[in-house]
Amino acid sequence: MAELRMREALRDAMAEEMRRDESVFVMGEDVAVFQGAFKVTEGLLDEFGERRVRDTPISENTIVGMGVGAAMNGLRPIVELMTVNFSLLALDQIVNHAAAIPYMFNGQARVPLVIRMPGGGGHQLGPTHSHSFEALFLQVPGLLVACPSTPADGKALLKAAIRDPNPVVFIEHESLYGTRGEVPEGDGEPLRFGEAAVRREGEDVTIVGVLKMAQVAEKAAEQLASEHGVGAEVIDPRTLRPLDLDTILASVRKTNRAVIVEEGWPHGGVGANLATLITEQAFDYLDAPVQRVTGADVHMPYSKRLEQAAIPHEEHVVSAALATLKGAR
Amino acid sequence: MADLPDAATCYELLARMALIRRFEEEAGRQYQRAKAGGFLHLAIGEEATIVGTTSVMREEDLLIGTYRTHGHAIARGTEPKRVMAELFGKVDGTSGGRGGSMHIFDAEKRFMGGYGIVGGNLPIAAGLALASQYKGEDAVTVCMFGDGASNTGNFGETMNLAALWKLPIFFLVENNLYGMGTSVERHSAQTDLSKKAEGYGISGTRVDGMDVIAVREGVEEGLQLAREEQRPTVLEAFTYRYRGHSAADPEVYREREEVEEWQHKDPIETFARRCVEAGVLGEREVQQVRDAADETVKAAVEFAEASPEPELATMYEGLYARTEADGWYAVDERSPEPHRGEREDEIPQAAHELAEAGAAYAEEPAGERPNPATHGDAQEGTEPRVSSEDGT
Repeated sequence: MAELRMREALRDAMAEEMRRDESVFVMGEDVAVFQGAFKVTEGLLDEFGERRVRDTPISENTIVGMGVGAAMNGLRPIVELMTVNFSLLALDQIVNHAAAIPYMFNGQARVPLVIRMPGGGGHQLGPTHSHSFEALFLQVPGLLVACPSTPADGKALLKAAIRDPNPVVFIEHESLYGTRGEVPEGDGEPLRFGEAAVRREGEDVTIVGVLKMAQVAEKAAEQLASEHGVGAEVIDPRTLRPLDLDTILASVRKTNRAVIVEEGWPHGGVGANLATLITEQAFDYLDAPVQRVTGADVHMPYSKRLEQAAIPHEEHVVSAALATLKGAR
Repeated sequence: MADLPDAATCYELLARMALIRRFEEEAGRQYQRAKAGGFLHLAIGEEATIVGTTSVMREEDLLIGTYRTHGHAIARGTEPKRVMAELFGKVDGTSGGRGGSMHIFDAEKRFMGGYGIVGGNLPIAAGLALASQYKGEDAVTVCMFGDGASNTGNFGETMNLAALWKLPIFFLVENNLYGMGTSVERHSAQTDLSKKAEGYGISGTRVDGMDVIAVREGVEEGLQLAREEQRPTVLEAFTYRYRGHSAADPEVYREREEVEEWQHKDPIETFARRCVEAGVLGEREVQQVRDAADETVKAAVEFAEASPEPELATMYEGLYARTEADGWYAVDERSPEPHRGEREDEIPQAAHELAEAGAAYAEEPAGERPNPATHGDAQEGTEPRVSSEDGT
């Protein structure tokens, strides 16, 4: 095992896959000479050259569309969008094309494309650089959606995404890039999509945390144990499409309570979707309404004070978990 | 005027154009009969632009077009019966009934698709070309789009990238003078569309899109520049669709006389006449071409009629590429039971029954289909139906 930062783990995943497969290449705004806005592509230009690590103009829809076309014609492009907010400029190519083409052409064309994009708040980047659009992409049939929270998962999921024959929206969290974690050394194995990780076992309440919120959920679980004597089971779904609903349902059937934590907006969010699924499929096991912890229903404010108030923290998760236990103890 | 090629080539050009014409006329008729649904965009009048282009492409070259591409696929060699079956929404269609008229595709013939989003095919074309270049292949991507698409952001972004990265791509604007019902003068500040990409370093020329030989020459030059010098160029072909934008078009934006004026320049009639006058083809061969087209299209309709409807259990097929986790990706979370998808035995009975119940709504009285553009405007029974035989 080696201790790596998330950004290094992601870079290693790309470098290893590029060494392994000539058809893999990277393109995006400032990914080459500048080494990436968040330095995730650092060193790739030096090793692989301009043919395989390509700086693009600021043309999001066309960059993604070129990725679609290149993927249809035998390559495995990795397109980096500088933030998830910029992906909205490319939504036509992501939804109407990348996701639809395999189906509307009846499998004659495949789109093995990875679209990487960092999102999330915490750096005072304000209302156009800080959002969480997991729920937006989750809705689209034809896409796969990954949202890793640890360097090891980041590396293994990105490798899986690159090898997958389907288009993948790969969501990274800006404030996780610097976090360290143990990563298997050498060419690690890809992780299968649709396998959740149980980060912590517990009997009293299930907490599902998405992306950075998986870490927040773990901290909340520690607090629940030490201060309230509550055993929380923490699940990181790691991919939202496909979703490992079986693991989540098994946990809920055991604990009879569920809290879902995400950084995105509440309306039509990941939590809203998951709460419905749990209610539909494990209603008889529930002892309390499913609780959601989400980001505030606003555009991410710049002020540090307001921004932190708009993002979920351990306290919010603890309080939601305790709400599911009200009257039970 | 450019010289005619040899007799065999002339015969082939005429045959392709006649086949497309006949196919489109029949497609319009089948739409009347409510055998084809949705919107139907016919290319009648634009045959020379289509066939002139594909006739000088190499087999390995890639073609990508718009939502008006029945003819493009046929020109590339796709069997007309498979295109007709797609219009009918049948399993033997080019997309097995998932795409419809606007989304014809034939990987084998390197026809990389019709696209329903105006301008959406431009970035994809550049990506196709990028991949050819990356792999060291000789293929050129031919990207055809309409005058309306030249106003999209994709046009500027794609032209810039194509020139910047010196991609082996050739752009052909099928300028049929109208973006739906809005004339070029009313939708583009620069009406010389061949000049529209000059600011991005891409030069262009104009050609009579009703003259199949002139189109061939223009495209040949563009293909050569793309293939040998990695220099993308634009060719603006002036053409005209005799029918409306789609079969649901009332055509209030143009005069009958204008349509007739263009019909005098009919690409098929003029080319046939020229070939006969030059002694390259005989009247008998011209008739032969027409008869063959009639026969092929008649057979195409019979084939499409006979082709089965898609099975409900195949609803999810093609959505995801199958992996070792076969079927897993296509879980549909609708209540009351998740539709597991991909494999029939995984679909719960309740879900199957709901699909059957939904599919029952597909049954409509024979020959009756509301016009999608005006559906609901009129009272029951008096609602205008899709266009009449003679024109729209």
